[in-house]
Amino acid sequence: MKHSFKTTLLCSAAIALMATQAMAEQRTLKYYADFDPAPLAAFEAVIAEFEAANPDIDVVLQNFDHEGYKTSIRNFLSADSPDLANWYAGNRMAPFVNSGQFQDVSDVWTDNNLGESLASAKGSMTIDGKQWGIPYTYYQWGIYYNKDAYKQAGVEVPTTWAEFIDNCAKFKEAGIDCVTTGTKALWPGAGIFDYMNLRTNGYDFHMELTAGKVAWTDDRVKNTFAEWAKLVEPGYLTANHAALEWQDAASLLVQGKAANYVMGNFAVAVFKDGGMTNDTLGFMTFPEITPGIPRGEEAPTDTIHIPAGAKNVDDAKKFLAFIATADVQTKLNEALGQLPINNQSKVGDDPFLQAGFEMLSTADGGIAQFFDRDAPAEMAKMGMEGFQEFMVKPENVDKILERLEKARQRIYK
Amino acid sequence: MTGSATATSAGTQGDTRGYWKKNQRSLAPWIFLAPGIAMFTLYVIYPIIASMWLSFYDWDGLGTKTWLGFENYIELFDDDAFYTSLYNNIIWLVLYMLAVPAGLFVALFLNQTVTGIRIYKSLFFFPFVISQVVVGLIFSWFYAPNFGLFYNLIEWVTGTGVAVLADDRYVTYGIIAAGLWPQIAYCMILYLTGLNNVAPDQVEAARLDGARGWKMLWHVILPQLRPATFIAVVVTVIGALRSFDLVSIMTDGGPYGSSRVLSFYMYEQALSEYGYRMGYGAAIAVILFAIMMIFISGFIWKMVRDERGV
Repeated sequence: MKHSFKTTLLCSAAIALMATQAMAEQRTLKYYADFDPAPLAAFEAVIAEFEAANPDIDVVLQNFDHEGYKTSIRNFLSADSPDLANWYAGNRMAPFVNSGQFQDVSDVWTDNNLGESLASAKGSMTIDGKQWGIPYTYYQWGIYYNKDAYKQAGVEVPTTWAEFIDNCAKFKEAGIDCVTTGTKALWPGAGIFDYMNLRTNGYDFHMELTAGKVAWTDDRVKNTFAEWAKLVEPGYLTANHAALEWQDAASLLVQGKAANYVMGNFAVAVFKDGGMTNDTLGFMTFPEITPGIPRGEEAPTDTIHIPAGAKNVDDAKKFLAFIATADVQTKLNEALGQLPINNQSKVGDDPFLQAGFEMLSTADGGIAQFFDRDAPAEMAKMGMEGFQEFMVKPENVDKILERLEKARQRIYK
Repeated sequence: MTGSATATSAGTQGDTRGYWKKNQRSLAPWIFLAPGIAMFTLYVIYPIIASMWLSFYDWDGLGTKTWLGFENYIELFDDDAFYTSLYNNIIWLVLYMLAVPAGLFVALFLNQTVTGIRIYKSLFFFPFVISQVVVGLIFSWFYAPNFGLFYNLIEWVTGTGVAVLADDRYVTYGIIAAGLWPQIAYCMILYLTGLNNVAPDQVEAARLDGARGWKMLWHVILPQLRPATFIAVVVTVIGALRSFDLVSIMTDGGPYGSSRVLSFYMYEQALSEYGYRMGYGAAIAVILFAIMMIFISGFIWKMVRDERGV
């Protein structure tokens, strides 16, 4: 990998030299992205490095806010497309691939031997046997907990689901929410469902379910909800979570009003901003429910793609190859506080990252993306609404599952 | 030859001038209307027809369109979420009407000559000036569980707080209450201008005849406020039917879709993050348009009748 990085560097230097000799021609790469401030700074540094290595390429980054980006990407892909665009792996990129809005970048993968270095994400980047983008980061999901809350309730960190539920009773006595969440934006609830289903029925079943191959009224799905009900029915979840943003729930955890939070690693920054430290914040893998099932984990991947309407494809591919290199991924993810995809990259020494890396690299079941990236968009929306309703009114479970089954039969035709 | 040439040119010139002269009165309004008609056709009529057309297709906004016939509508009439939205729209329509009497009441209250009354008037008008987005945010905080003023107030009175926006029983009413705040201000302004035009001689005559209080309001003031009432009702009906921003800001249609209204459901299906069913969204839009048409035709019919009557 290092070798190929050097070659690209040398090659581009040579090309740059020729270019300056022939005519100082400046080419621009238009890059649309949706970074938060910290990742943005990291990306700007990486872009500066790329520009230094390729003096004839000028990368113009336009940053959007997340939600705005999700709605505008369709417009700019079909109208005035940039040369590079951020998006997500898995089923989430399928509509753009199937409608021909993203370019096949399999040659970047083969030329740079990415099949090896980015092996863990190759499956989620592949549709129809071709690769459609470059993954640059992923992050684990799991349970973040407040160690002080555990001390206050006098309980130990659980290793099994039964212990977890027992703990919840003690947390309730102590007036602490056992599990907190804020489902106003719906997706945090899907994280809980994913883990409930992964632990009850395993990774393969979860993938079949999100791919529409299993009925939502299947007994195995009902088992998942029955386990989930052990958490919901006694009121171990934060009340009124449907009106809370995920950050509101995070502050409940920070204040010690809640003990556990099923979340992605990006939440660590929010916890720490709220005053938690490595001494008070803990991380654990979601406990085993059905014994003996290979452990599947959840780790969504963020990616960069070349839109079909890109004007400067050659340089865009050069940029993708650059983003795929081990050094760049190390640097980027250190700043992002997330995990690099490239298996030769170094993982930051943050304990939560290390724990996540350890957890993911030993997940023998498989790595799921996330409910709204594994299931098609329409199903994801219906599903997440159902999860939210279940966590408020667990008695509606049959009605919810029937509704989802009706939707499944329509959506996966 | 030259003579005949000039004659013909003069003749045609005379003809055109004659045609223009003859039809000037009937043509001029059309010429003045032309830009308006062009804009109206392009930005109102065409999109309406295009949406109707689109509602017969399955289209994700990017790929190819597939003809479905009435399938979108068949699905729509079997869709619980659609009925929830429709039901909420009706609640909106009914409760939003409260803005009209409330606006009248505030206007009567403020229609006095006291020092500083203009400041009070502007304070009352203030909610209409600020953006709906801000109104939505303010009310979200007002209702917010654990720290919201309303939540804490209820908790103080009854012992347990009510998270209005997380409860499918109250959420729509909570949002309507937020919507009423600026809408009342709007109706108030309409009535205040109306009250300026109330004929003082009639009021005086009524007073001489012994009319006071309710009688005065009902028989003397209100009839003179009819134009203001008409506009207030029209604006409020339309406001209720296109309620979108507050739902979007305060709950995003949640919890589990219980606060959706038709316009929001349309947006959700056609344009939101998990939607992109343009055809289905268009079908919802067509239904909403049909509902609006009932009211709009009613208003236009009344307006035409009034103008003829006068």
